[in-house]
Order: sequence, then C-alpha cells, then structure tokens
Amino acid sequence: MTWIPPLLVTIPLLAAAVIAGLDHFMPDRVQDALVIGVSAATTALAFLLLWDAESHEVVHWFGGWQPRHGVALGIDFAVGPLAAGMCAVIGLVVTLALIYSLTFLHEAAKLFDSLMLVALAAMCGFAMSGDLFNLFVWLELMAVAAYALTGFQVERLGPVQGAVNFAITNSLGGYLFAVGIALIYARTGALNLAQIGSALSHGSAGGLVIVAMTLLFCGFLIKGAVVPFHLWAADAYAVAPAPVCAVLGGVMTDIGLIGVARLYWTVFSVPFGHGHAAGDVFLWLGIVTAVLAGTMAFLQRHLKRMLAYSVVCHIGIMLAGIGLLDSSGLAGTELMFLAHALLTAGLFFVAGILHVDHGLIDELHLRGRGRGCWALALAWLAGTLGLIGTPYLGIYLGHGLLDAGASRLGRPWVPALLWFASALAGAALLRAGARIFLGWGDEDDPLLGKSIEEDPLERHVLRPLVLGVALTAVALGLVMSIVPGLGQRAEYAADRFRDTSGYAARVLHGRPLPPPQSLPVSIEHTSLESLLYGSSATFLGLGLALVGLYRRRLPGAVSAVAGRTVAPPIRVLRGLHSGVVGDYVTWIAVGTAVTGGVWALLLHG
Amino acid sequence: MSYLPYAVAAWICLWGIAGIATSRNLIHLAVCLTVTQSSSYVFLLSVGYVSHGKAPIFIGTKLGSTAVDPVVQALALTDVVVSVAVIALILALALDAHRLSGTVDPDELVDVSG
Repeated sequence: MTWIPPLLVTIPLLAAAVIAGLDHFMPDRVQDALVIGVSAATTALAFLLLWDAESHEVVHWFGGWQPRHGVALGIDFAVGPLAAGMCAVIGLVVTLALIYSLTFLHEAAKLFDSLMLVALAAMCGFAMSGDLFNLFVWLELMAVAAYALTGFQVERLGPVQGAVNFAITNSLGGYLFAVGIALIYARTGALNLAQIGSALSHGSAGGLVIVAMTLLFCGFLIKGAVVPFHLWAADAYAVAPAPVCAVLGGVMTDIGLIGVARLYWTVFSVPFGHGHAAGDVFLWLGIVTAVLAGTMAFLQRHLKRMLAYSVVCHIGIMLAGIGLLDSSGLAGTELMFLAHALLTAGLFFVAGILHVDHGLIDELHLRGRGRGCWALALAWLAGTLGLIGTPYLGIYLGHGLLDAGASRLGRPWVPALLWFASALAGAALLRAGARIFLGWGDEDDPLLGKSIEEDPLERHVLRPLVLGVALTAVALGLVMSIVPGLGQRAEYAADRFRDTSGYAARVLHGRPLPPPQSLPVSIEHTSLESLLYGSSATFLGLGLALVGLYRRRLPGAVSAVAGRTVAPPIRVLRGLHSGVVGDYVTWIAVGTAVTGGVWALLLHG
Repeated sequence: MSYLPYAVAAWICLWGIAGIATSRNLIHLAVCLTVTQSSSYVFLLSVGYVSHGKAPIFIGTKLGSTAVDPVVQALALTDVVVSVAVIALILALALDAHRLSGTVDPDELVDVSG
C-alpha cells in the first residue's frame, strides 16, 4: 500500500489550505467537523500504514522516480513500523488537541486550525522521510507552524518573548542543519539517506564527515530540547495555549530524537558504527538532560513550565535509550515516546482546565482550589505515576527495555541515573497535585521563585468535553505498558530500524523483507531489576514530593545543611535559564563546538 | 579545489552567530539571523560550482559539456523560502513586542525566567 504515506501529508496540508482560503465563508460547525474529520482520518490511515508496514518496508517514490541500479533519482518516503507508529500517535495527540480546542477562542480559530493541521502534516512527513533535504524542509515547516502557535496570544508580552526565543534558537538549529546537508552533499553527491550511507561505506570518513555529523545532530538536538540546547523549551511552553503545549510537548519536541535515530542508523553508523563513541555522547547528553531538567521541574511553580521541564527530562531518558545503540534501548525509547506523548498531552489538558476554571496557573496560588474535582485529580495522579514509570503503568515497559539494553552492555549505572531523574520530575508533579487537589503543604515557598501569573486564553469551555479528552489521553498513555504484544513488536521494529544495510537494500534495490516470524501476543515481562527500580522511583517521587510540601517542618539542622549545600547550585541553575535569547544562542554555539570537539577526538584516526 | 569559499562561509556564519548572541535589538537580531543563513547559500554555491561549467539548462547543449550542479540551486531556493517565512514571523513578533512594552531589546523583554 505505497499510496498511504503521501496521503498522511497531503490530506492535512490540503485541508489547512482550504480552511485558510475559505476563511470568511465557512460556517464554524462545518470547519470544526472538517478539521477533526481530517485529523481523525489521517490517524486512521496511519494505523492502516502501521499494520501494512509490519510485513514490509512501505517505500513511496514521488512521481514514480524509482532508483535505477541502486542509484536514487527521486525523493522517497520509507516507512517501517517505527515511523508508522510515530505517525499514529502524532495523529492521535493532534486529534485530541483539536477536540480539546473545539470550544476554544472562536475569533482566531480559523488560523489556529490551519496551523495545527500544517504541524500534523509536517510531523508525519518528518517521521517518514527517507531524504536528508526533505527532513530539513519538514523540520522547518513544523517549526514555523509551532512558532506561530506559540505566539498565538500576541496581546501579552510572555507569549511574544517565548515565541521569539523559540523561533530564533530553532531557526539557528535549522541553519546549522542546512550547512550540514551541504557538507554531506559535497562529500557524497547524494541526498537520499540510504544512498548517503552506501557512499560513506567506501573509504575513510575523515574530518569533513565529523563536522557534518556534528551540525546535523546538533540541529536535531536543538529541536529536541537537549541540554544545553533546551533553554527555549520552558519559555515557549509556559506561554502557549494548553492544546498547543500538548502537541509541542507530547510529540513535536520528541520527534527531533527520531531524526537523531534515523540519521544515525541510515548514515553515520556506517563510518562510525564500529565503536561506541557516537552513542556515548548521546548517552551522556541524555543523562545530563534528564537529571538537570528533573531538578528544574522540581523548582517550578508555573504548571506549564513544570510540565515543560518534565518533557525535557523524559527526552533526556529517550536520548539515552538511543545512545545505547542497541535494539532494546531503541525499542524502549519508542515505547516511551508513545506513552509519554499521550500522558504529557493529558497533563497539559488538565493544567489547561485548571487554568480556565480558576484563572490561575501557579501551583501555590491554586493551593486547595482543586478540592472536589476528583476526575481532574485522578487524571493528574495517574498521568504522573505513568510518567514516573510505576511498574506496568505508562512509560514503565519502555524504561524496562532500556534497562535491559543497558545491563546487557555492562552499564548498570545508566538505569539508576535515569530512574532517579524521572523520580525528580515526577516528584514535582506529585507535589503540585497534592497542593492543588488536596490543599497540602505550605502556602508559600521561596524555593519556587517568584510568581508568574497569566490570564487564560480559553473561554466558554465545554467542560465535560475537555475533561473527557484529558481523561482519554491519560488512560491511553497509561495502558501502553500492558498492551499485549507491543513490547515484542517494538523490539522487532527497532531491529528493522537499526538494520542499515537491510534498509539500503529495501529502499535502493527494492529487496523484499524476509518474512517476519510471528510474534507472541502477550504482555512482555521486565527484569526484577526494573521492577525494583520502578517501585523505588515511585516511592522516591512520593517522598521528595512530601519534602517539597513540608520543607519547613524538617529539623533545623537538616534544613540548614541542605540550604548550604543545595542553594548555590540552584541559584546557578536558575541563572542559566535567564530568558535572554542571546545567552541561549551562546549556549548553542558552545554546545555544538564541544560536541564536535569530543567527536573529533574520539572518532578521528 | 579552493578552500576560500568554505572559509568565507564559516566566517559569515560565525559572525552571524556572534551578532545574534550580543544583539540588543530584535530587528538587528533578525538581520543577524539572515546573515547566518546566508552562509549556507555561500556554502551551497561553492559546493555546486564547477569550473567553466555552464548554467544547467540542457536544451541544445552537446552531450558531455560541463554544467554546474542543478541540485544545489534548488536547495538554496528552498532555503530562501524557509528563511523568508521565519524572518517575517520574527519581525512581526518584534512589532508586537514594541507595541506591548515599547522596547525591542531582548534583554528587557524577559517576562519569565528560571
């Protein structure tokens, strides 16, 4: 069914154009139905594609420009189960976000719907593209849509600042990526990923390829909000409307990681795959990102900023999974992506509902105001536990596969650090939940910085509808660990994704896939180690949340020591997240140079 | 092969980044972003240029005559289109920032941090 992949892109793009074009003529109801229908149809097609991609690589050559004698002439979409699964969850999150925004801001809704559909098309195109330059085009298309969606509420300063920081840092990333493409094209004369991979398999790679690799990967890491390129993320998420946050945090940021994995296993594993140097850089960047963002999440009082740092924390965990460079790690990343996307979207929806209900988004201001909203409280608690990875909930299965990969490679300390990070981010969310829905904790806490308040953008919200959307998103994300057969299929998809020569043979020579063995349909069991880690992370999260709530009641000696040791690093951390775009760009330049330097040392000669 | 065009591209790119990092004006910053981007045009042109090559229009040319690479011009053109959209958006945001706070200095625009 090679006709499906282009449809995933053309249907939403066409609909976006129709909506923007018929702006003044189309009745609201018709438009709502069209937008949600299109988004749901795209999702359904993505599921069909997922089913189809199980048995073979779905390769579509645009305009019928098939490769001749192994030389790619045209531009292709090459879809395996991993990419198709991404498209399905992207479609699901965007559809939920669109339903959530049904009753949302009517006067500007036309453009909002168009932009959401453009973002959907661009993300699907990005996940499926088999061509380096097209990866860049989709990346920029989704970025432009996202900048506009972030700065949607232009009558306030916060969104303008967030959108400016977002636009400048991510455009810079795009330009670095473009220069990287030019270098690769100069070296290989090819733009098709499989073709570049086969061109690089002859002869030594040399310094040029290392520079190109640095620029390309840093472009994706900026998009993926990995430390030290993550600084824009919290500024942008804190100010965007809740459904936009759900799409940005749930799928759009994380998709940069899919770019990293795709590029590594089609292109750079050929010249640099003999050692672990490339992967180790990802692994360490991932661990640092996870721990640092987990800490930052714990220091927030603005719910959306807190969730933004929680997203960055999980991106770090997923990047570490890719950095293990084995099938278990990649499969773990994939499953975490699926669960994390839906859970994060659900939590952003809950934050959005709280924002509309009370006109407040600050944890301390909201203290005790959520009493009696049991559905919201349940969604928040369940979503948080799913994000920590409590055994058999949410991201647990993905985390378990990642642990298995790490211990097989003889790095048992990796899971310990990653579980600690997810406990930190989870503790922040649990603390906020307990404070808001139960009224626990102190009324003020200087640790959390100064208050940031904003008026909600949403008006006249149909509450049962948005509540239903939030609960659906959380429930879907939560069961991801107990879907029978999903774990085994993720590992199979990861195996196929990592098979560089097989991918090239399937894309360039049309070689059929050997028939896959039938996979069991059972819940995959994880090791005892993961079970222990998962439960202790949950308890650690609960404990830290209690400490955060009742910090003042700690014995005087303990808090004095803690204050002396913890306060200076916290001040430094906060100072780094300065909100000034010039600082962010400096960090990008330094980060790119250091990453490139490390790779040059490890990989050259 | 001459390394000069590559050195020029790297030079432009680094100055653009330095400009963005130190800019105190959003409009100036958008221009610096354009400067950074134009380094990728120089890069693409130097990659695709062939000495004594003709423009890649193949009607009426003899088989075997040299032409410059037609792919890079398509890449450069796409690059231009993308950057126009981004720059337009940033300039529009700069206008909004000025309307709201009377300044286009990114350091003074900080509403949230930490």
